[in-house]
Amino acid sequence: MMEKELPTLTLDYNTKKLIYSKIPSMSVSDTPWTLFLSWQALDFPGGKVAFTSEMNFIPESANERIPCYRVLDDNGEPFVSNNFVQVSKEVAVKMYSDMVTLQMMDTIFYEAQRQGRISFYLTTLGEEAINIASAAALSADDLVLPQYREPGVLLWRGFTLQDFANQCFGNKADSGKARQMPIHYVSKKLNYFAVSSPMATQLPQAAGVAYSLKMEGKNACVATYIGDGGTSEGDFHAALNFAAVLEAPVIFICRNNGWAISTPVEEQFRSDGIVVRGQAYGIRSIRVDGNDALAVFSAIHTAREMAISEQRPILVEALTYRVGHHSTSDDSSKYRPLNEIEYWKTERSPVNRFRKWVERNGWWSDKDESEHRSSIKKQLLQAIQIAEKTEKPPLGGLFSDVYDHLPSNLEEQEEKLRETIRRYPQDYPSDVPV
Amino acid sequence: MAASSMRRFGRLGCWVSRREFSTCDDKVVVQKSGKSMNLYSAINQALHIALESDPRAYVFGEDVGFGGVFRCTTGLADRFGKSRVFNTPLCEQVHLMGFILTWPHKQGIVGFGIGLAAMIVNEAAKFRYRSGNQFNCGGLTIRAPYGAVGHGGHYHSQSPEAFFCHVPGIKVIIPRSPQQAKGLLLSSIRDPNPVVFFEPKWLYRLAVEEVPEHDYMLPLSEAEVIREGSDITLVGWGAQLSIMEQACLEAEKEGISCELIDLKTLLPWDKETVEASVRKTGRLLISHEAPVTGGFGAEISASIVERCFLRLEAPVARVCGLDTPFPLVFEPFYMPTKNKILDAIKSTVNY
Repeated sequence: MMEKELPTLTLDYNTKKLIYSKIPSMSVSDTPWTLFLSWQALDFPGGKVAFTSEMNFIPESANERIPCYRVLDDNGEPFVSNNFVQVSKEVAVKMYSDMVTLQMMDTIFYEAQRQGRISFYLTTLGEEAINIASAAALSADDLVLPQYREPGVLLWRGFTLQDFANQCFGNKADSGKARQMPIHYVSKKLNYFAVSSPMATQLPQAAGVAYSLKMEGKNACVATYIGDGGTSEGDFHAALNFAAVLEAPVIFICRNNGWAISTPVEEQFRSDGIVVRGQAYGIRSIRVDGNDALAVFSAIHTAREMAISEQRPILVEALTYRVGHHSTSDDSSKYRPLNEIEYWKTERSPVNRFRKWVERNGWWSDKDESEHRSSIKKQLLQAIQIAEKTEKPPLGGLFSDVYDHLPSNLEEQEEKLRETIRRYPQDYPSDVPV
Repeated sequence: MAASSMRRFGRLGCWVSRREFSTCDDKVVVQKSGKSMNLYSAINQALHIALESDPRAYVFGEDVGFGGVFRCTTGLADRFGKSRVFNTPLCEQVHLMGFILTWPHKQGIVGFGIGLAAMIVNEAAKFRYRSGNQFNCGGLTIRAPYGAVGHGGHYHSQSPEAFFCHVPGIKVIIPRSPQQAKGLLLSSIRDPNPVVFFEPKWLYRLAVEEVPEHDYMLPLSEAEVIREGSDITLVGWGAQLSIMEQACLEAEKEGISCELIDLKTLLPWDKETVEASVRKTGRLLISHEAPVTGGFGAEISASIVERCFLRLEAPVARVCGLDTPFPLVFEPFYMPTKNKILDAIKSTVNY
């Protein structure tokens, strides 16, 4: 069995001095070398570890922070012309217009919640590039296990504004059957798993799903998303470790947006963000400017190729900012300065930056912009009206899908409930067909 | 048991149900005068007192630094400093339990009770027992929002008390009103055992009553008869009590006299008070929001049948949540409503 060349420390018996040397390639079945090696390196399960006489603690951080990969500068101009994956006009225009659509959907649905028309909402404002550009870099066969701030992936894949509205209004046209809170979208058809509120639970699941893709020899990977706060969960660490050991084709995409509800990143972790954790688990990692759509696209596109061709997990940390409140249950002005929000909303807007680039290429004009905006506004208002008018799902949906078939306890409870409704119809909402 | 003073407070705006509240027993609370406040303010006041009265008390968890999503920790960090009131990294498994083991009277605040089950069930609950009483985790009080809220869906409206009631070593407390919440929380914090303290989310803003400003504690593992009656005993806890109280009032119009008991502490629970009541009335009804199968009502039912079999004049009735995940649009159908309880009262009395 051949071993790799290993730089190591050796002891010169004559001088009693330690000297650095390189051991030539050798065979461990070769007795003299084996004996010699026992002084130089520890033959430890998992690979040899060289000995050293220097007591060096590895520093808690590197001297310099890991740099952030970007393609476009603040004016939407590429730094260098060839450091990114090329995007066709067709894709670029869809990327930009979907970013605008996402932003408009958020603004209008947020207002609908404020007006009491839906019970809850959560915006993606400020994170449009991560949403849309990561979706654009994936293929439709790739499975997505979202956190909850990634509706743009669904939008990119063809979830219509009406689909979004139906879920938020909880009507009978919602593919999740109106059982979950607003923004908990799901689409089997679009390979998008159901959003779940608990933090980071999707990550270990993603490692398992990716392993099944590997076992079935699929030419696809898993993309899973998490925020900066979610990386403190035990599930984050379990997921990275499992994915590395199982060599599972999964891309962990961390949207580091600076705030976990009210907890800023300085109170969340002391590492250089998320990107440095990949190496500890044996995972290739990159830090990317999350407000630069081209950089996100290039990084995810390349990550996907490596994940599938080399069958390995990849970690992507995208630096961005949560411009909106955490959700409609939050008022972020209580814990962060307004000028910080304003700066990220205007100066660092990912949508404005990408617009400059598509315009410079001659792919988008002011006319396109105003036509797109007025068309989307019309569609959104119509979608809300229709969703509001559409009736709720029938009562049977309360009991179905707890199991594949209705067990006897639920049959009994359904019968009893229907009897109660007959006796007290005034106790129950009239828009749910019984 | 002293007669309860029945005062009713603001009604909930939500159409799902109306919730009304009783004040607690006069005997327990020393000062009668107090400020009118809601449940989150009462919790906030209790936390101020806990930190003031014990320099080794700490409050930590997600978002507690700025006052918390439900505003329960407002002002604590300013008053007691960031070293005693601090945000933790986001982790639903409570890694800071080691901190609690070394010093008493720490508190954790968590969002999803079930998420940290392993740390509570396998570690906190068994620490005293497995170390031969050399170590314990008694200083720990875990506060968690709990129960239906009108629009919470699967995760934010569920009632996981039965999971925790199957764990010897912890205490499980659920208050019904602001005054109760303050006194029971201070008792929980000062109790030498780990406590899971569930705060009914629905009551945070909407339950309002007069709460004495002074430091007072209400006894754990003591149930309270909040309405006396002779025909049937009703047992419940938390926000459900106000629904049950409405059913009692309706039943009274039809000539049925109901006795209503607030269990307050679910583990270890006060069997004697419930038993004494059932010996008097001969009938028992239990109501909770959590699914009926394996719910804590089943435990109460079994224990009372063991103790009062010959005295019971009808089967024990349970009016509870359904055996489904907590559903968003179907919440009003899922809930154990006043009329469901009223029907069960009538059929039990006329058995």
